[in-house]
Amino acid sequence: MTATLFYILAIVSVVGAIAVIAARNPVYSVLCLVVTFFAIAGQYVLLNAQFLAIVHVIVYAGAILVLFLFVLMMLNLNRESEPLQPTLIKVIAVVSGGMLLLTLVAALRGVDQIPLAGVQDTQLGLVKNLGRLLFTEYVAPFEISSILFLAAMVGAVTIGMRSKSDKREIINHL
Amino acid sequence: MVLEKTIFILIIFSITLLIATYLTYFERKVAAFLQDRLGPDRAGPFGILQPLADAGKMFFKEDFIPAESVKLLFILGPGIAMFTACMTGAVIPWGDQLQLFGRTIDLQIADVDIGILYVVGFVSIGVYGIMIGGWSSNNKYSLFGAIRAGSQMISYELAMGLSLIAIVMLTGSLSVREIVEQQAGVWNVFYQPLGFLIFFICALAECNRAPFDLPECETELIGGYHTEYSSMKLGFFLFAEYINMFISAAVIATVYFGGYHFPFMHSLGLSENVVSILGILVLFLKIFLFIFIFMWIRWTLPRFRYDQLMHLGWKILIPLAILNMVGTGGFILLSTKM
Repeated sequence: MTATLFYILAIVSVVGAIAVIAARNPVYSVLCLVVTFFAIAGQYVLLNAQFLAIVHVIVYAGAILVLFLFVLMMLNLNRESEPLQPTLIKVIAVVSGGMLLLTLVAALRGVDQIPLAGVQDTQLGLVKNLGRLLFTEYVAPFEISSILFLAAMVGAVTIGMRSKSDKREIINHL
Repeated sequence: MVLEKTIFILIIFSITLLIATYLTYFERKVAAFLQDRLGPDRAGPFGILQPLADAGKMFFKEDFIPAESVKLLFILGPGIAMFTACMTGAVIPWGDQLQLFGRTIDLQIADVDIGILYVVGFVSIGVYGIMIGGWSSNNKYSLFGAIRAGSQMISYELAMGLSLIAIVMLTGSLSVREIVEQQAGVWNVFYQPLGFLIFFICALAECNRAPFDLPECETELIGGYHTEYSSMKLGFFLFAEYINMFISAAVIATVYFGGYHFPFMHSLGLSENVVSILGILVLFLKIFLFIFIFMWIRWTLPRFRYDQLMHLGWKILIPLAILNMVGTGGFILLSTKM
């Protein structure tokens, strides 16, 4: 049962991810990405990590991708025929994508030998155990990453700040 | 066991649909009352068969799909809206346990460990139905409705989540059943009056109810995201809104107003089963009270302007919700130290 579900979800997530980059229309890409995220959330549920699954859905499918859709719709980027990119950009994209793949494969090589922290406990994904672990054993990385997020937020606000007249113009558009 | 759950799910599902159907009637009657009119009174006594007549009309209308629309997504839109609206009720405890035929039946579809997050999750993906429907219609008014719905949802979801965090801090659990059980003595609204107010305003906004019905405001956008829809697809969008209203009222009643608890419930000297059934009735009474307030607000207040909506969400509700959260944290810290 679990194995069947795993394979179904895995196929859905891989096909969805391919469809994200294959789709011509960016709105379709976003919708395929939503499907992919749901399949991944399903994998988390299979691993008994309900909290991770639901947070994944809320944050990615519920907030970030809605924002993506919002921006795509507002800027009217839903053209079927996007202009063809110059060859140079294509070459650069292929090379950098290949390099990323190489890095990932190299990083994953020999990962079998490293003992994973705490996976022996199947109840780890439950919110109580997860919270306790985050605030005791892993408190330093947890706090550091939250500071990083805060810094990113401040940066985004600074970049996004505009003069008063610009703001009024944007609001008048809606 | 499985049979029991199936029957229970079917009952909850049909009650939800029935209530949503009759909310349309209820809304028109409340509107009529507030505007000193009679409201529907032709179909049956007091117009009680009006929702059936409306549903019949919806089914027999021509189902029109615009030529330039994206057909698959156009059909998918109302489906998603309906699906997400119906799913949220799964974690709400409709009553305490019931002893029937020598078995104990939990009056809740699923007591999930992370129940309250489940509600937030389904609320947050509910907007996809509107956005997909509005975009795929290929109509500028629909598109505007969809864009407005997207930005409104994101703005109000944050304040909603923050006010729920304060509740979770008080309860120490994400399970909805646990949250209700802890309100056996004092209801959460007395600890969290500000949180309740924020949650209530956000619930209005998430349901697209007036004064937050900008995605579908008739005076500017014809019908908003459902301008191009007709027949039962339009019916689904409207119906999903009423289901959402019912579920939001249920969530408010369970999280802030004690769910199925009522004062002196254990000192009446009644048997467990009778108390449970009374509890269910009390919960539905609370739900209907909130639905009435929803309607009362709709027919009393004018619609916000778009920049006022954003101002209220980002500059008033979110700071207040953060303040409420920090205050609750400080209160808990002090009370545990003493």
